[in-house]
Amino acid sequence: MTEMVYGAAPVRDGEPILPKWWRTIDMWSMSCILILFTIGLLLGLAASPPLAAKNGFEAFHYVQRQAFFGCVALVAMMLTSMMTPVMVRRLAVVGFLLTFVALLLLPFFGTDFGKGATRWFSLGFASVQPSEFLKPGFVVVCAWMMAAGQDLNGPPGRMWSFILCVTIVLMLALQPDFGQACLVLFGWGVMYFVAGAPMLLLVGMAGLVVMAGTVAYSSSEHFARRIDGFLSADIDPTTQLGYATNAIREGGLFGVGVGEGEVKWSLPDAHTDFIIAVAAEEYGLILVLVIIALYTVVVVRSLLRLMRERDPFIRLAGTGLACTFGVQAMINMGVAVRLLPAKGMTLPFVSYGGSSVIASGIALGMLLAFTRTRPQGEISDLLGRGRGR
Amino acid sequence: MIRVPLRPLARILPARANGENPDAIERENKRIRHEEMRDRMRARAESRLLILGMFFVCAFVVVGARMGLLSISEPMEPRAYAPGASISAARADIVDRNGALLATNFETHALYAQPTHMIDPVAAAEKLVQIFPDLDHDRLVRDFTGKRKFLWIKKTMSPEQMQAVHEIGDPGLMFGPRDMRLYPNGTLAAHVLGGASFGKEGVSAAEVIGVAGVEKYFDNYLRDPDNAGKPLALSLDLTVQAAAERVLWGGMKLMNAKGATSVLMDVHTGEVISVVSLPTFDPNNRPRPAITGDPSDSPLYNRSVQGVYELGSVFKIFAAAQAIDLGLVTADTMIDTTPPMRVGGYPIGEFNRKNYGVISVTDVIMHSSNRGSGRLALQIGVARQQEFLKKLGFFEATPFEIVEAAQGKPLLPKQWTDLSAVTISYGHGLSSSPMQLAAAYSAIANGGYIVKPTILKQDVRSLQGERVMSAKAAADARMMLRKVVTDGTASFGEVPGYAVGGKTGSADKPNPQGGYYKDRNISTFASMFPTNDPKYVLVVSLDEPVETSGDKPRRTAGWTTVPVAAEMIRRLAPLLGLRPTVEPTTLADITLTSSN
Repeated sequence: MTEMVYGAAPVRDGEPILPKWWRTIDMWSMSCILILFTIGLLLGLAASPPLAAKNGFEAFHYVQRQAFFGCVALVAMMLTSMMTPVMVRRLAVVGFLLTFVALLLLPFFGTDFGKGATRWFSLGFASVQPSEFLKPGFVVVCAWMMAAGQDLNGPPGRMWSFILCVTIVLMLALQPDFGQACLVLFGWGVMYFVAGAPMLLLVGMAGLVVMAGTVAYSSSEHFARRIDGFLSADIDPTTQLGYATNAIREGGLFGVGVGEGEVKWSLPDAHTDFIIAVAAEEYGLILVLVIIALYTVVVVRSLLRLMRERDPFIRLAGTGLACTFGVQAMINMGVAVRLLPAKGMTLPFVSYGGSSVIASGIALGMLLAFTRTRPQGEISDLLGRGRGR
Repeated sequence: MIRVPLRPLARILPARANGENPDAIERENKRIRHEEMRDRMRARAESRLLILGMFFVCAFVVVGARMGLLSISEPMEPRAYAPGASISAARADIVDRNGALLATNFETHALYAQPTHMIDPVAAAEKLVQIFPDLDHDRLVRDFTGKRKFLWIKKTMSPEQMQAVHEIGDPGLMFGPRDMRLYPNGTLAAHVLGGASFGKEGVSAAEVIGVAGVEKYFDNYLRDPDNAGKPLALSLDLTVQAAAERVLWGGMKLMNAKGATSVLMDVHTGEVISVVSLPTFDPNNRPRPAITGDPSDSPLYNRSVQGVYELGSVFKIFAAAQAIDLGLVTADTMIDTTPPMRVGGYPIGEFNRKNYGVISVTDVIMHSSNRGSGRLALQIGVARQQEFLKKLGFFEATPFEIVEAAQGKPLLPKQWTDLSAVTISYGHGLSSSPMQLAAAYSAIANGGYIVKPTILKQDVRSLQGERVMSAKAAADARMMLRKVVTDGTASFGEVPGYAVGGKTGSADKPNPQGGYYKDRNISTFASMFPTNDPKYVLVVSLDEPVETSGDKPRRTAGWTTVPVAAEMIRRLAPLLGLRPTVEPTTLADITLTSSN
């Protein structure tokens, strides 16, 4: 009766958003990401005062900026992670188209800030690097294409995604920004691998790479010398790498102490590319291992959760996002310990940089959205809580 | 879905017959196929994702392990790479025969700048110019504010200057330790020592390399780290050298000469006790070599070995000594020196057109008769004269151990005719350096043995070289040389108690345009003392001297060089430890009377 008079009490089908989010989100990864962000702020306190002093700001100017951008990034991450995968896909595609256009317009409206590569749009109060935002969108779009290609009567999605990938890599290489180009290529390659690249092709490519390397090493003296120089233990201590290596050595196990580090005064990129060196010098190996462990947890946990995922789009997109995130961190740290040749790449969520941190936030938000627990048609899903989606 | 029907139409046809919509069945079939496909792909992707996960774990473990390895290894100081570290700056000292220091190393610092580390480049440049007035302020400012990351400012500086730079307090100004070569005696023996400069320069050290003199000749020895504690002992005697330079400089000024040189040689060992070449320079601050003009005008020019001139009558004694040695004449054989005398169509004249008549060989030397020595040369003959002079070392640059010695190549006649033999017998037509002359006179002084001039201290007291003439001939030659001083052209050369013997030589300087200058000559006095048992040979040579106390200017060696040489011997002989043989003077006639 009451219902007839007053109408039915509003009932939502399905679960309310927040409780569902809280129940299905990957708590471990999210905690790790939050801890990483905190560590980033902490290191910003250590690494950015020299830059602030150089540019005439008060000491913690860059820390405040980073905290602001970080909060924006965290909000973006939370919001993104609450969306459904379909919603994420829609927004990501739109975002990808926008950033793609932005990337195309870069040669005309971009600035290079005197660094020799046109990568930024200057917005007055801040600058935006479209390629940072492009990456997550690109990954999602490629994943969508590949997933569609796998479906019954699907389009040739792999071919499309490959063409798209090559286009973007070329555009990035022309800026030039080989680091981002490598990341994009790597992200595509990982997705292609998971989407079922023929084993023969993989083996063939690996063989080709090894063979080309061997041939180049034995025939080209220049190439050989570069490789030898990279592999040799000696390093000129006056180069950036030399300073970074020395800083890690100075730090030892427990660091020289908060604020006692020297390397941040010598390295122009101490707050971005070589932040891990600052961390190692001031806080020692302990903090570095913690940071590495956090990245590992995020990446590996995400991949493990994606193993159970049946939806190919979600699996591919999640893989692409997690791997680009992980490999970026790996390259950054690998450079600092001279495992990899020098390449400017930020440490996601830790290095200073508004575009970088917000883009990372969005990308990780997507990743969290993709790795949320979903019924996968398994027996536990059928028998278990029975709430499902 | 317990089993999938083999025939797709198996359910559709009955459904259609029952009036059901077959599309639903078709969709259901499709969905089932789709699900199956997804599960299949998930199974495949599962393993690949696992591989990816493993890859990331491994990669992060490697990065972490590498971090750990790095952090437990020792840090190294950022320092300039490569050359600096390997430079050996140790350089052996140089001492004289008594161990007195001639050249040593001095620790100082070089100043360099790293403008990237500078706090206030402009102020630093200003203060630097106050400390080092020779620096260019504008250029420093340009260098400090420009793109340069590293520049040398000063190669060496004094401790006071270094302190002043310290007090600027700019972190971009840095000091590189340097071992600087120091010659504590200043200009003394400058031509022998030569000098040194920096070779390869690094931030932590710089190489010191010899650029001239013994520093260059013995560069390898001096730089050898094994010899760091073993100084190079020269034959020079610092005291004698100082006195010789002093007296010769005074003599050069008195005689209005533009240059002077002297060589004092031990006749038995060939050790050079003192060698002077004036004008001189300070090896601590070696002047740049002159690009233009006559190189012999440069203070760097070492007259004792590089000054190759026709030395004139000093050569006559060789003709006399050889003639006696060959048995052609004795000291008393009479020689006809009356004009005319023509050789190869050229008349041979005497100084001031004198005519000495028929005189003994001794008198030929005493009066310095050109025709007399020419007659002796003709008796000796070209071949024997050549052989004799070659043995005495006149055919090659002196083997004296300083780098400049090799440049003193003697000038020999292209065709050695009878005329050449005659002119060479009185010192024309063959050019040689004072060092060669000193070595040749040593052979006469030591009784006929060739000596090799050397700058190194010799351990043995006598180097028995090849015999070049008989002891008798050498003794006769010494007797004649003594006579030149007592009764001949070198009468100013007498130094009481030291029995100086010697021969003068005044040769007109060749004019580069051809011929000879009439009013410019090289006046040489080659002497030995004491003549009865010579210990030392002293060759003194003045370049363009003129003595103006008389009515007309006098340029011959007897008036110019001989008094200078005599003064040198007077000063040097006691320093060399020679006792003057004081001849008992006749006692005054005293009559002892007693008046009682």
